[in-house]
Amino acid sequence: MVETGPRKEVPTVNIRSVSCPNCGASVMIRSFGQAVNVVCGSCHAILDALDPNVQILQKFSAAMKFQPLSPLGSRGKLRGTLYEAVGFQRRQIDVDGEKYSWGEYVLFNPYKGFRYLTEYDGHWNDVAPLRTLPNTTIVTGPVTYLGQTYKHFQTAQASTIFVIGEFPWQVRVGEKVTVSDYVAPPRVLSSETASDKEVTWSLGEYLNGSDLWKAFSLPGHPPAPVGVYENQPSPLSGTAKAIWKTFWLLLLGAVVLYFANAGISKNKTVFTRAYVFDTNDPVGEHSFVTDTFEFTGTRAAPVKIESYANVDNDWIYLNYALVNEDTGQTYDFGREVSYYYDSEGSEGSRRDSAIIPSVPPGHYFLRIEPESDRKPGRISYTVTVTHDYPVGYWFWIAVALLFAPALLTTWRSMSFEHLRWQESDHAR
Amino acid sequence: MTERTSFCPNCGAPIAFRWSSSVQTVCTYCKSILVRSDVDLKKVGEVADLPPDASPVQINTEGRYGNNSFVVVGRIIYQYEQGGWNEWHIIFNDGKEGWLSDAQDEYMVSFAQNVPNLPSQKDAVLGRNFQWNGIQFAVTSRTLAHYAGVEGELPFQYWDKEDVVFIDLRSHANDFATLDYSDEKPVLYIGKAVDFDDLRLMNTRKFEGW
Repeated sequence: MVETGPRKEVPTVNIRSVSCPNCGASVMIRSFGQAVNVVCGSCHAILDALDPNVQILQKFSAAMKFQPLSPLGSRGKLRGTLYEAVGFQRRQIDVDGEKYSWGEYVLFNPYKGFRYLTEYDGHWNDVAPLRTLPNTTIVTGPVTYLGQTYKHFQTAQASTIFVIGEFPWQVRVGEKVTVSDYVAPPRVLSSETASDKEVTWSLGEYLNGSDLWKAFSLPGHPPAPVGVYENQPSPLSGTAKAIWKTFWLLLLGAVVLYFANAGISKNKTVFTRAYVFDTNDPVGEHSFVTDTFEFTGTRAAPVKIESYANVDNDWIYLNYALVNEDTGQTYDFGREVSYYYDSEGSEGSRRDSAIIPSVPPGHYFLRIEPESDRKPGRISYTVTVTHDYPVGYWFWIAVALLFAPALLTTWRSMSFEHLRWQESDHAR
Repeated sequence: MTERTSFCPNCGAPIAFRWSSSVQTVCTYCKSILVRSDVDLKKVGEVADLPPDASPVQINTEGRYGNNSFVVVGRIIYQYEQGGWNEWHIIFNDGKEGWLSDAQDEYMVSFAQNVPNLPSQKDAVLGRNFQWNGIQFAVTSRTLAHYAGVEGELPFQYWDKEDVVFIDLRSHANDFATLDYSDEKPVLYIGKAVDFDDLRLMNTRKFEGW
């Protein structure tokens, strides 16, 4: 069993400095004994941080120097843990002769170890190595990890073109690895395979530059992100879903209202009568008034006036006035009924209906004045008045108004996804 | 149950075993590697200077794994081309022993398994699957490590090693396994990756500026 033994005090672990065997500059090692390689800040010699004699592993001429946006030594909190930027590398891929490069930052905490940041065109990712193997079948197939499916985005050969600071692995300029990215925004799973080595997996999560700037207290503003990045969360994916949900709910409401309206409408024919209009009648004035009919109830309601005329390649124009006998209120309107046909088809209709949206109850009559050409002779027509007619056109307006924003959001969301996948191996 | 205190046969310093089943310890004064026989301690070697080490864990660090608390009593240090790591020998409050490995602050707790017919180095190729304790493991890496020293109490004799091969395996959950080819017969360790915060370590080392 365990007994309490004498406590042996181990002194604080101190920051080491080595002197560069290439140029003599002092090189500070921020990650204590955890760094495998450290790059001299003056002459860019890659040094063996594990070797007490600090051997030079590689000298590279930094033809192009890259300045890390978050300088080495800067500290900030990510997910509640304080990290210090200790290393930076620039990597590059070649896609159809086009070179793309991005920055990778090595972050360190002496208790929690290493973590990484990547930056491409202003798009940041917070990256940690995976402890659990994802389920894979083929390189370009989807990958599942902790129940989530990641779609293959791109496989490319990445080569290191610039290094500075410390790395917990053997780093060399010119070293090539095959990198595959699988996305499920805002996350990205990445696999890296060096020619003969094991596959290493990491999980990245999209990070806003402004959040990083705040966390690391960096001066100025982060570079503005360019385009749509592979795992950038769509600002609309959630919105589109929510809008469609709202759309269906409101549509259901509209349908209920539609049927409720149809159900409570009396839809009662209060007047119908057939007339004959003789165009050859020499009397100049053809207007007449109908018998009185009643709109019952207490609320104003839609009224439908239907005109049916027995016209053959002819027309009749009916001037109507619906007059309230009690108040004198008059609704004036005119309807044309025309019907033409030949061997090639037909135009118009013998039936016409007009709706007056809101007519108060009371006693009414119609004043009708028919007009037509002189030649056709007698035209017979029927006038039918329906009170409290269930009107449905508002329903279609509502559907259109509901449909428009949902459709627009979906379209915008789809174009965002299109921009995302345009940059992938699967661009159409 | 109190262990009798012995004395280092090399320098005469008192040697106390904190765990009754410890087979080997290192004298903290003269760095002699001492092996326990029936009655006395025998010096079998000496530990050279340990490589610079930045593990937050040290001998006497205490922590928790699941519902049990443990204390660190010893370690084996390895180095390979991608850095170094420690296998900390931990003793639980229920008397069980296990290992807390710390590779660049990635932590895992594992236990030696008594499993027959373990694969040879040749057979444990990258990507091959094995099933132990009902868990499916795939070989993820083969490491040629260099033994770099020992400290404190160990459950077996372990010194004077040179290059040692380890084969690491992982599951689709949080499990990992290691085949240790230090000796003729391989030894299997099975465990889990753990978060630093979940270990709730006490008596860790301090780092300048942190």
